[in-house]
Amino acid sequence: MAEVATEGRWKDVDRLLSRHGNLVSAEFDPRPNLREDIGEYVKVLVVGAGGLGCELLKDLALSGFKNIDVIDMDTIEVSNLNRQFLFRLQDVGKSKAEVAAKRVMERVSGVNIVPHFGRIEDKELDFYSNFDIIVLGLDSIEARSYINSVACGFLEYDADDNALLETVKPMVDGGTEGFKGHARVIMPGTTPCFECNIWLFPPQVKFPLCTLAETPRTPAHCIEYAHLIKWDEAHSGKAFDADNPDHMLWVYKEALKRAELFGISGVTYSLTQGVVKNIIPAIASTNAIVSAACALEALKIVSGCSKTLSNYMTYNGQEGTHIKVTDFFRETDCLVCGPGTLIEIEPSVTLAEFIEKLEKHPDVLMSKASVTHRGNNLYMQAPPVLEEMTRSNLNLALYDLLGKVAKDTVHVSGMTEKNGKRSSSLRKLRVSFKGVSAGPTDMDTR
Amino acid sequence: MAAEPKTKYDRQLRIWGEQGQSALENASICLLNCGPTGSEALKNLVLGGIGSITVVDGAKVEAYDLGNNFLLDEGCLGQSRAKNVCSFLQELNDAVKVKFVEESPVALIDTNPSFFSQFTLVIATQMLESSLLKLDLICRKSNVILVVARSYGLTGLVRISVKEHDVVESKPDHFLDDLRLHNPWPELKEFAASIDLNEKDPVVHKHTPYIVILVTLAEKWASSHKGCLPATRQEKKEFKDLIKGHMLNIDEENYQEAMDSAFKVSVTRGISPELHQIIEDSAVNVNSTSSDFWVLVAALKEFINKEGGGEPPLEGSIPDMTSLTEYYVNLQKIYQAKAEKDCNEIERYVREILKRIGRDTDSIPKSVIKTFCRNSRKLKVCRYRTIEEEITSPSISELQKYATDEDYCFSVGFYILLRAVDRFANNYNRLPGVFDSEIEEDVSRLKAIAVSILNDLGLNGSSLPEDLVHEMCRYAGAEIHAVAAFIGGVASQEVIKLVTKQFVPLTGTLIFNGIDHKSQVFVL
Repeated sequence: MAEVATEGRWKDVDRLLSRHGNLVSAEFDPRPNLREDIGEYVKVLVVGAGGLGCELLKDLALSGFKNIDVIDMDTIEVSNLNRQFLFRLQDVGKSKAEVAAKRVMERVSGVNIVPHFGRIEDKELDFYSNFDIIVLGLDSIEARSYINSVACGFLEYDADDNALLETVKPMVDGGTEGFKGHARVIMPGTTPCFECNIWLFPPQVKFPLCTLAETPRTPAHCIEYAHLIKWDEAHSGKAFDADNPDHMLWVYKEALKRAELFGISGVTYSLTQGVVKNIIPAIASTNAIVSAACALEALKIVSGCSKTLSNYMTYNGQEGTHIKVTDFFRETDCLVCGPGTLIEIEPSVTLAEFIEKLEKHPDVLMSKASVTHRGNNLYMQAPPVLEEMTRSNLNLALYDLLGKVAKDTVHVSGMTEKNGKRSSSLRKLRVSFKGVSAGPTDMDTR
Repeated sequence: MAAEPKTKYDRQLRIWGEQGQSALENASICLLNCGPTGSEALKNLVLGGIGSITVVDGAKVEAYDLGNNFLLDEGCLGQSRAKNVCSFLQELNDAVKVKFVEESPVALIDTNPSFFSQFTLVIATQMLESSLLKLDLICRKSNVILVVARSYGLTGLVRISVKEHDVVESKPDHFLDDLRLHNPWPELKEFAASIDLNEKDPVVHKHTPYIVILVTLAEKWASSHKGCLPATRQEKKEFKDLIKGHMLNIDEENYQEAMDSAFKVSVTRGISPELHQIIEDSAVNVNSTSSDFWVLVAALKEFINKEGGGEPPLEGSIPDMTSLTEYYVNLQKIYQAKAEKDCNEIERYVREILKRIGRDTDSIPKSVIKTFCRNSRKLKVCRYRTIEEEITSPSISELQKYATDEDYCFSVGFYILLRAVDRFANNYNRLPGVFDSEIEEDVSRLKAIAVSILNDLGLNGSSLPEDLVHEMCRYAGAEIHAVAAFIGGVASQEVIKLVTKQFVPLTGTLIFNGIDHKSQVFVL
């Protein structure tokens, strides 16, 4: 929908963007048309069109962003309607990304939102490289980790291990659970990436199978027994589908039987769904709060109109209202956002010689290394079938294998020794070829 | 076509349950001013199924509304803002009763103060101090909860005003479970004694619940330590060694759990200082006008002083722990039985008290008493000063504490400046910074006002960061959508806590700091 000329429509946000301030970023260049420039030139990707995504699209559209893409593989369910305000009952079953994009474009004239109904892993890297900033509204650690690795993959460092500004793809990430949530700003190479402090997201607790099978004590144990053990026993080969109400009902009834057998109370259908689908409680207000913080940071990052969050905010409304900011540090040797160890070799060095060098290189000291380059196996020590497939690469020059570039990154895994203990480890290496200059043809190989 | 509410509200029912949901559905909320801050707050409440909303706003939709309020679009230009916001809200949830009054809230406060007494709660957004002072008095008089929300450039505030808000189900995240390992009752001791810690069967040995291990070993410890439980660090270490000594194998998880929970044997007897303060509150001397909450507290006090022997009623639930099913289920029953017995004692007191104060003895249902007993260690009483009290005599020590704190001095500055802009508006009939040509003059004018507020409070005017004064003038009262969504979001979350009477609401004034997000709550 074309923007209707309405004088003074953006008066409020323009106060921030057109006026000088003292608590702004060094690059801030306030001017009357800054908002228009952001709208025209900045491309933003919203990952997720659920509870956070709906809010983010609205907030970004009303912050002056006009080129927005949104990606989500999910379709709309009835249980989304208590918070995902862009969806109506008649939308159930449709793509979240498509409906969300359409609704926001209907209401905010002049904004263009391109929906992508599909998996984040199915998009080419080129797709992601298009965006100036990525805003994440996700509920899974795996998806965050994936986008983080993609965004950090664009990052390049100079010879002094300083991140090259033009390769930094900023991310803003939000998350909620019940009355609690977080918002964070990730500037790859400067602030910690998702992987640098992944410990902030503890893995989900799983019950030991022997507890489920032999000493159940809680209703959840009975439910997981029915779901993980009894289902397979009773349905040879038929996979359990958590979205199939008949399957869920079957698990509930089996769990109930087991609970009665052991004298355990508290198995309900609702709890069964919660345990089996690992449902995270979610409400509109917390999503609104966290998304608003994320959108505000996105606006500040692209415009410089104020200092930004540094770098992790938690919101907890459960007992009183607590907002806390923590300035986390980056892991300089992070495998995902770090520069990797620099290895200088002659262009004539073969892959086999390179692997041999790693055993003696003082910063690596890795034996039996397997080498991968952008997800492609160059040489794998195991399993035998892969070893055989990649063996022929051993006699080729690494320079040729990496596509004749002056410098590139490879990942190696193998055995290293630390404090007298041998363990398998994964390292990121930057290979630089002596005497080869980084000419213009070597740029943009990604 | 209507969605099954159970399915639609599933994700929130998991937080506040059917009880909380029905409290929301019975609540009627009034919103004053439906700019983005107010509209966003209501949007979140309507989605969650609040009973009814009434929007009071006298403005017509203008161009700038389209730049910061998602609930309005081009088609609404020139029409009633209240009406158009309401029609979008109704679209979100047809179960909610949606009404609007096309009138200026400022005028309504003056002309029809009794209007507000029909609501459970009033959300006042984007209002100046002078109107808020009047509204607060009106709401206090009719016992209507007031939530104030304001967005102002990159700052803003949320504040609650109500005489008293009592919470039974405060649902804290981390709270020590109520196992009474330091003070076991006869049935628990008896059960522990029936299990031999030197059991030879390795499966039984590694599935003896840690409650049994700790009760048994604490008794053993006490018998060799003049009846005392481990108290010093050295003793606690020795106690852990005693537990370790009973392990057959280092992979026995129940013994690991026992060592991790060994400290529970050494917790102090009796009630927490917070609970002590509540049962010693003067409101515990109940009469016919007392709320159910204080009747229950009065009964609780009797119990603690008599049957409880200084302890509150037992909560009655135990956490999951490594155990044979049989042992675990038996333990659950022992805890439940004791909790039920305690609850019955409390119920007896409740009925007695009700009779004494001349109320129907059945006017508090058993289910309410049960919930109260289960949560009696976690009760919360929140009392709020009036806005007038806060304005005229805020807690100086609270402001001083944060004014010198590197992280929070901006929040203190914003607090003072949010008050200063209202005074500025009274003096000049406009907000500071609205004219590009007068920004510099406004900076000095606003600064003078802010410094005089600080001086009147006996605070040092030089503690006000100069840059913040400039920021306030730069904002010129702008209602930035993202900030409004944040402030409105916080306001709606507080409304949910206040209406459901679950969780603990904001205890003071939240000052939003949109510069570095180091927002802070001040108890003033």
